[in-house]
Amino acid sequence: MAGSVVAVAAALLGYFLVIRGLTFAGHALSNVGFAGAAGAVLVGIPPVYGLLIFTVGASVIISLIGKQIRERDVAVGVVMTFALGLGILFLSLYNGFAERAYSILFGTILGISRDDVIVTAIFSSLIIIGLGILARPLMFSSFDSGVAEARGVPVRALGVAFLILVALAVSVAVQVVGILLIFTLLVGPAATANRLTSQPARAMLLAIFLALAYTWLGILLAANTVWPVSFFIATLSFGVYLPVRLLSPRWWGSESRVANDTL
Amino acid sequence: MTLFDLLRQEFVQNAFLSGTIIALVSGIVGYFIILRGQAFATETLSHVGFAGAAGAALIGVNSLVGMFFLTVITATGMGALGKRLKGRDVEVGMVLSFMLGLGVLFLSLYTQNASHAVNLLFGSILSVTREDVVLTIGSSAFVLITLIVLYRPLLFASLDPIVAEARGVSVQFLSILFLLILALTVSQAVEVVGTLLVFALLIVPAASAVHLTSRPFSALILAVAISLFSTWGGLVLSLIGHQPASFYIVAITSFFYVFSRVFRRFYYPRRYREPLHPSREI
Amino acid sequence: MQDLKIHNPAIVLENVDVHLGGLAILNGVNLSIGAGEFIVVLGPNGAGKTTLLKLLLGLIRPSAGLLQVLDRTPKRGNQAIGYVPQHRVIEPETPIRTRDLVGFGLDGHRWGIGWPTRSRRERIDRALKEVDALSLADSPVGLLSGGEQQRLMIAQALLTDPQILLLDEPLANLDLAHQQEAVSLISRICRTRGVTTLLVSHDVNPLLQVTDRVIFLARGHSAIGAPAEVINGETLSRLYGLPVEVAKVMDRFFVVGAEL
Repeated sequence: MAGSVVAVAAALLGYFLVIRGLTFAGHALSNVGFAGAAGAVLVGIPPVYGLLIFTVGASVIISLIGKQIRERDVAVGVVMTFALGLGILFLSLYNGFAERAYSILFGTILGISRDDVIVTAIFSSLIIIGLGILARPLMFSSFDSGVAEARGVPVRALGVAFLILVALAVSVAVQVVGILLIFTLLVGPAATANRLTSQPARAMLLAIFLALAYTWLGILLAANTVWPVSFFIATLSFGVYLPVRLLSPRWWGSESRVANDTL
Repeated sequence: MTLFDLLRQEFVQNAFLSGTIIALVSGIVGYFIILRGQAFATETLSHVGFAGAAGAALIGVNSLVGMFFLTVITATGMGALGKRLKGRDVEVGMVLSFMLGLGVLFLSLYTQNASHAVNLLFGSILSVTREDVVLTIGSSAFVLITLIVLYRPLLFASLDPIVAEARGVSVQFLSILFLLILALTVSQAVEVVGTLLVFALLIVPAASAVHLTSRPFSALILAVAISLFSTWGGLVLSLIGHQPASFYIVAITSFFYVFSRVFRRFYYPRRYREPLHPSREI
Repeated sequence: MQDLKIHNPAIVLENVDVHLGGLAILNGVNLSIGAGEFIVVLGPNGAGKTTLLKLLLGLIRPSAGLLQVLDRTPKRGNQAIGYVPQHRVIEPETPIRTRDLVGFGLDGHRWGIGWPTRSRRERIDRALKEVDALSLADSPVGLLSGGEQQRLMIAQALLTDPQILLLDEPLANLDLAHQQEAVSLISRICRTRGVTTLLVSHDVNPLLQVTDRVIFLARGHSAIGAPAEVINGETLSRLYGLPVEVAKVMDRFFVVGAEL
């Protein structure tokens, strides 16, 4: 149940991530989340709060750094690795070092409590609603930032708001797939969908469908074997993406770099 | 124990030996990664390395060998597929997460012991064996010699591929070669700082260096210097402070990066002109 | 179009065809270009202008016909040909200096590290001086204007003292004033060095004063001759296969009925 709502939110956000060429930032945010969670564990508060603080903070920083693509990738990476470095510091200061790290990194969806489910569901719904409100201006500024800006769309603020939403999603999705594999749920369905259709509405629906499918199947498969859930989701995600990518020669040109100067 | 006592211990010697060589190579390769804009490919290869190491542990082979193997294969694939992989981050990212998933699988099959995972992810320079050191020297020598031979054409092809091709440089061939070198270097860097932090050792020093100078050779030397300094500093601090070496290394390189950006903004303010729109001429 | 019988032509194409991906890009092209000539290559997009350049550079092989550059079959990496590609936006943060980028023209293709000798530095300085860019030598290339970047690409091409100079749309991103500067620079280089110059352009008008002959490519066919011989309604209609009219206004050519 918790997985489903998260999956939907992730898929939708992922669509925009792919379009805006921010996939690396998505990966970075999930790694930053790790540091947040570790820090929270160290201080003794539930990991979710640490996650939220760090990821939202990082997303704001990332939105404000670097305009050119080349430099942006590096800057995002620096933020990410520094946060990760902090993460490992926190963890080593904490005694239950490795086990805790493992569970944060790889997810523990099969051990989620009722409360967690409710919190997750609420957050995810908020994210979906938030995205719904932002949807049109966000689309506009993702595809055509110059014109959007001229029309009065607050392109920059939107960029920041969007990344904050991503940060929230990351914090929530951690429980499903763990930090390392959030990318797979965020980007996989969206990337696959984008290969199959260029109509935004259809792409988003397809992404949602795929994300849900991966999550349910993943949980099912993992429940019956010893293998981790996140592995199944990652494999399904990639396994579907690969043939789609290879078989659909349709190429948009620089499809992941549509808006070069916005974040 | 003083530092000198520590240095007499084999594991410390191994750590410094490996660390130095790897930092040296990483600085040089990192410079080219920055020029070619292949930061994300580097990140991917490090995750591939993770899967390779985990898989190797599963079948009982030295993890470095496992990493070499899988990263080289992936690098060849990447080379064959894309011209320069610049901006192809969706594809590359998908491979990344899949590899991570594989690694997770292998690990969980191999051991439910989480500390092995942490070592792979965050580095274990202080548990490097003599055997590893030998492997490192071997592959680093190969990488260094190749880079020396390829220096000029690689620089040319990375910065000016169209004219380079016209001048007889086989740009595609060099791209594949470079990815192979990258694969080997990444695998080694994983040993020092782990999968998740490869970026810090490979890319950040070079990124800082290019902010400070535009002369190719100077940037290269600077990248190596920062990389070496961070690694040594990290090792020393780790031995004194008992926290993981990778944290200190990352912290030091991050500091250099921030410093380089700040320095550049204040020391060369005129270099911060807004980029000219290509169709507007002065 | 008949072209003059030239002794020891620098470039010869006889009945050259080029098929790429199932399309016939060039069809029965006949050209003969003498050493030291200044030639402008015209034609609509996709007509094969860049393909022609690639043929001369040895990057593509003709599917049929004879092609000789400097009495040899073109091979990639010929140091006797200088190439200035279409302007490409260089990221402002690109960490390399003008003199380094230009230096590639000299030895960027050679293995190894290379030693920065004084004579190498002098050669680079001389090339930069020739294009009036010496003051830019130590500047990072990303910060230069398009026109300045253009000039350093020309300097780069000149470093091996080539016998043939190929320029792909050098005037495209420049405003009128800078176009004039560029034209006189390229023309000066052509005449003082006696280098055969082929310049691809969308618009022949800025070049009318300096060009010897003109090549017009359309639908894979070519015509070569003095501007007035080639750029007229009859010749162009034949090439395009459509009715085309050419108006001459104030000594400039304007083509109506098809894009130039």
